[in-house]
Amino acid sequence: MNELSIDKLKSRFQEKIDNDIKIEPNDWMPDDYRQTLIRQISQHAHSEIVGMLPEGNWITRAPNLRRKAVLLAKVQDEAGHGLYLYSAAETLGADREETIDDLHTGKAKYSSIFNYPTLTWADMGAIGWLVDGAAIMNQVPLCRCSYGPYARAMVRVCKEESFHQRQGFEIMSTLANGSPEQKAMAQDALNRFWWPALMMFGPNDAESKHTEQSMRWKIKRNTNDELRQQFIDVTVPQAAMIGLTIPDKDMQFNEDTGNYIHGPINWDEFWEVVKGNGPCNKDRIDVRRRAKENGEWVREAANAYAEKRARRKSA
Amino acid sequence: MSSLFEYTLRLGDDSLILGHRLSEWCGHGPVLEEDIAMTNIALDLVGQATSLLNYAGEVEGKERDGDSLAFLRFDREYKNLLLVEQPNGDFAITMVRQFLFDAYRKPLFERMQNSKDTMLASIAEKSLKETRYHLKHSSEWVIRMGDGTEESNRRAQEAVNTLWRYTSELFIIDELESKMADQGISPNLMEIEDDWKKTVDAVFKEATLTIPKNNWKQSGGRNGMHSEHLGYILTELQYMQRAYPNMKW
Repeated sequence: MNELSIDKLKSRFQEKIDNDIKIEPNDWMPDDYRQTLIRQISQHAHSEIVGMLPEGNWITRAPNLRRKAVLLAKVQDEAGHGLYLYSAAETLGADREETIDDLHTGKAKYSSIFNYPTLTWADMGAIGWLVDGAAIMNQVPLCRCSYGPYARAMVRVCKEESFHQRQGFEIMSTLANGSPEQKAMAQDALNRFWWPALMMFGPNDAESKHTEQSMRWKIKRNTNDELRQQFIDVTVPQAAMIGLTIPDKDMQFNEDTGNYIHGPINWDEFWEVVKGNGPCNKDRIDVRRRAKENGEWVREAANAYAEKRARRKSA
Repeated sequence: MSSLFEYTLRLGDDSLILGHRLSEWCGHGPVLEEDIAMTNIALDLVGQATSLLNYAGEVEGKERDGDSLAFLRFDREYKNLLLVEQPNGDFAITMVRQFLFDAYRKPLFERMQNSKDTMLASIAEKSLKETRYHLKHSSEWVIRMGDGTEESNRRAQEAVNTLWRYTSELFIIDELESKMADQGISPNLMEIEDDWKKTVDAVFKEATLTIPKNNWKQSGGRNGMHSEHLGYILTELQYMQRAYPNMKW
């Protein structure tokens, strides 16, 4: 293909994006666009799958049958999200098993929040309320993402995430209105998850290397700082409503803008966790790798059986 | 203790304990689709346990609900089968355990739909829909493993050899079972055993698996005599309710 026609394809592509016409799997797209989406979608899928572990940690210890059922359903939803995100990545030519191997070797990233441990039952509340709450802020704009399969997957994911967020808030609110031990447990979970939740939106805009191009392609619709601010503005009054304290002594309310301005975020901690030095990075990846290794004979058996059956049918 | 209470506990505890075991797989499955399936089955079982134990509490009439029965009894008061409390082991153990149980639960619920106890009949009707899927799922895996690779066949056969000793307990007709059957509340376990054998034979045949010759049998769960494993299950299951008594969650 000569240069002229590539330029033409590129400009036609950008025209579609500018006119909010969705890009579909068989449409021409620049290689960078494809790679950016594969990276983002598979990271998102990995986050769902690794994200099953901190909550899975409390299923067998859930305090009553209703909470146990809701938690099981939530973790199952996350596995389901992982599945259709991997499928969305496959529409771009990514191989599911290869992307999973990239996760296991540390080449592919996932949301750093899942590298923090879940130490008490209240963490199930904090994760639903804060982590799913932050995920919703990130994902609602993705429902309008320029890539069709990703945008459509996000519509369904967001519906379920909003249910997750409410159940998390309900756990927190029950604890905050419970006994002194329960209230302390809730406050402690908020203290531990607040800052990592703010970090979920990624580095400040000035430091974010992918934002500008992603916004031009309409993969991303808002900057990290805009989304972080939205999250804070929604969450701070919710904490007040149930009598919990946001662990940020520098937080101020700006009367002119109506925004809560947060104190300094510990970006050193963020980058350490991204690099693999968070409290649970190694555990999470080890568990996922072991699941894949221990399941190898099962997958082989399924393939061998499918082949045998196909042969018998054709015989 | 009323017979109906005790009988309902048996059913509820089977669901509760097997649901607990399956939920231990969450996030560790051999393939993502199985993580979803096993979590889903665990969820169905926890749902059945909730209906059954709530009903048991009603029947007992001592102001215990499903939660207090699930979380606040002592080890010897749990009445589940030994089979369902056995550790997950590898995927073969888990799926063979599930299959042996599902093949018993399906005919049980089919017949229990006609129970003279209308509550048990309606729980059976609802649970049967789920159990049919569970049995289809576990049968397919037993066949895939048995007739898959040499390794999967070996693992599936080992799982059968390990778990077979717990299967006769499913069909023991003790005083309680025969009383419930006489009253038209529970189905006749002999008929269920016939159905179970047919399913097991057909699936094992297709899976090229064999029934072990060693016919030694274990039982006791129905009377609260468990294996060592149940204590650890309860330690986790009851942790919150024991550590923080009398609180709302």
